[in-house]
Amino acid sequence: MTTRTAQSPTSIQPAGPTMAVLRAEARLFGRELGSLFYILLFPVVLLSILGAIPSFREDNPDLGGMSVVDLYVPVTVLLSMIMAALMAMPSIVLAYREAGVLRRLRTTPVRPASILVVQVLLHAATVAASSILLLTVGRLVFGTPLPQSWPGYICAYLLALVASFSLGAAITAISPNARVAAVFGSLAFFGSMFTAGVYLPVQAMGGLLRRIVEFTPLGAASEAMNAAMLGALPDVGDLLVVAAWGALLALFSVRLFRWQ
Amino acid sequence: MNTTAVQVEHLRKCYGETVAVDDVSLTVDRGEIFGILGPNGAGKTTTVELIAGLRIPDGGSARVNGLDPVADRSEVTRLLGVQLQESRLQPKITAREALKLWSAFYDDPEPWPDLADRLGLISLLDQQFRTLSGGQQQRLSIALALVGRPEVAILDELTTGLDPQARREVWQLVLEVRERGVTVLLVTHAMEEAQSLCDRIAIINDGRVRAVDTPDGLIGRAATATVTSFTTESAVDLEALREISGVAAVRTEAGRIVVEGADEVPLLVLSCLESQRVVPHRLRVQEGSLDSAYLDLISTPREPTVMSPNLIAETAR
Repeated sequence: MTTRTAQSPTSIQPAGPTMAVLRAEARLFGRELGSLFYILLFPVVLLSILGAIPSFREDNPDLGGMSVVDLYVPVTVLLSMIMAALMAMPSIVLAYREAGVLRRLRTTPVRPASILVVQVLLHAATVAASSILLLTVGRLVFGTPLPQSWPGYICAYLLALVASFSLGAAITAISPNARVAAVFGSLAFFGSMFTAGVYLPVQAMGGLLRRIVEFTPLGAASEAMNAAMLGALPDVGDLLVVAAWGALLALFSVRLFRWQ
Repeated sequence: MNTTAVQVEHLRKCYGETVAVDDVSLTVDRGEIFGILGPNGAGKTTTVELIAGLRIPDGGSARVNGLDPVADRSEVTRLLGVQLQESRLQPKITAREALKLWSAFYDDPEPWPDLADRLGLISLLDQQFRTLSGGQQQRLSIALALVGRPEVAILDELTTGLDPQARREVWQLVLEVRERGVTVLLVTHAMEEAQSLCDRIAIINDGRVRAVDTPDGLIGRAATATVTSFTTESAVDLEALREISGVAAVRTEAGRIVVEGADEVPLLVLSCLESQRVVPHRLRVQEGSLDSAYLDLISTPREPTVMSPNLIAETAR
């Protein structure tokens, strides 16, 4: 006969431990000033620098009657997303794995997956704060339009968020350590910056290039968000591209991630 | 009520071509401090990782209170407290935050300020983990392993990096924890630690158990259970001493003749001296150390020769 603990064998993990992890990790995230700067402030600084150039505030018939600053609002929103998902998050998760934090948590009643979910939530919440800041500053300071179709915008936005964090998760899963992740993360980051339109807005790209970029997760997200800004419902094709990337990369990461 | 806390049967684990744990069987009784002793790379850590359910065995089984550490994961984590070797925490977490966080994992945690006090962590509570010294990190790690009031505590390389004073304090704490009925599985290569803390010790080498016994039992069965030494004015035939059965070594050291050997060797040495008409002066007989017993056991080839009738050779193939 064996002595068992008071819990029933099928007891579901109580919310307590996971909430405690969320609180603790939120505090720790608050100490990552570098990450906070790049996710929260850097995009709005970039938008403000571009907005300070008078000609960039003028509507341009070549850009469908929008100004350069108008185009850069969704671009900087995507920039904060990839900063968080590709640069900040993988390095934290891999540092935890290397230090044995994940291994140590596996010996406790808390599921180690909860710390990964909590990391995604915290980074995504910071991205959301950054996006609100960008839309507000753009609207109040530079007179950029608010999204004309909120349902379309939010839909495109959430899909872009999922795709970005899935890409970040995939980088985390294939990297043996934090240094390799920094290299993969940078490559994916600069690639995504281009396809998101940080150097040249997707809407300003030429025919074939634009067609190609529309098949990348951030390129398609940029098109969808831009359409929603203008008041149209995003193209279903663009949304499907973003969703497919998100699902594919998420599945890939879950399969490949190693706990130690 | 079962008196067995941890039951390990024919456990086996390979990493690719490397056999980390070949065939390990152990029974740890409830309330016991059980030491796992062995050289680096012997398979000690893999064995406790298998018991903690961090790895899946390639063969054999491990049970904690009769539960499978992999299949009955959520129950086992509630009754197990684990301090892992070389496992750090989030670099910027403070000692206080870590203790609070770990307390939240368990239904009935021990009040963490008490534990922090006993482990000398009170003045360090607001320091971040990365700023703590190795010994301080180790003490925090021990506190986290014990905060959930575990029934079984696994402590891997418990006192590595601690100064002698802190080491004594941690040993005292382990003894106190056992007083409360906690079973302690102690992985160590510090002989002194094993000798002063453990009720029983398993010596592991090359992924196999070489011997399981009390510290005294291990010393008694070793080839150097006793050390006999004396001075003498007359010439002694050292070769005759070497030929006595059970003698492991004879040497002269600072004017004394030193004979190391099995339990019965001192008497045989005296009768040998008598037959040589040698009178020993300042005769001393000392117990061999666990150190030499250990070296003896791990240097014995795979199939150890039976040295005493009570030898529990767990190396059966």
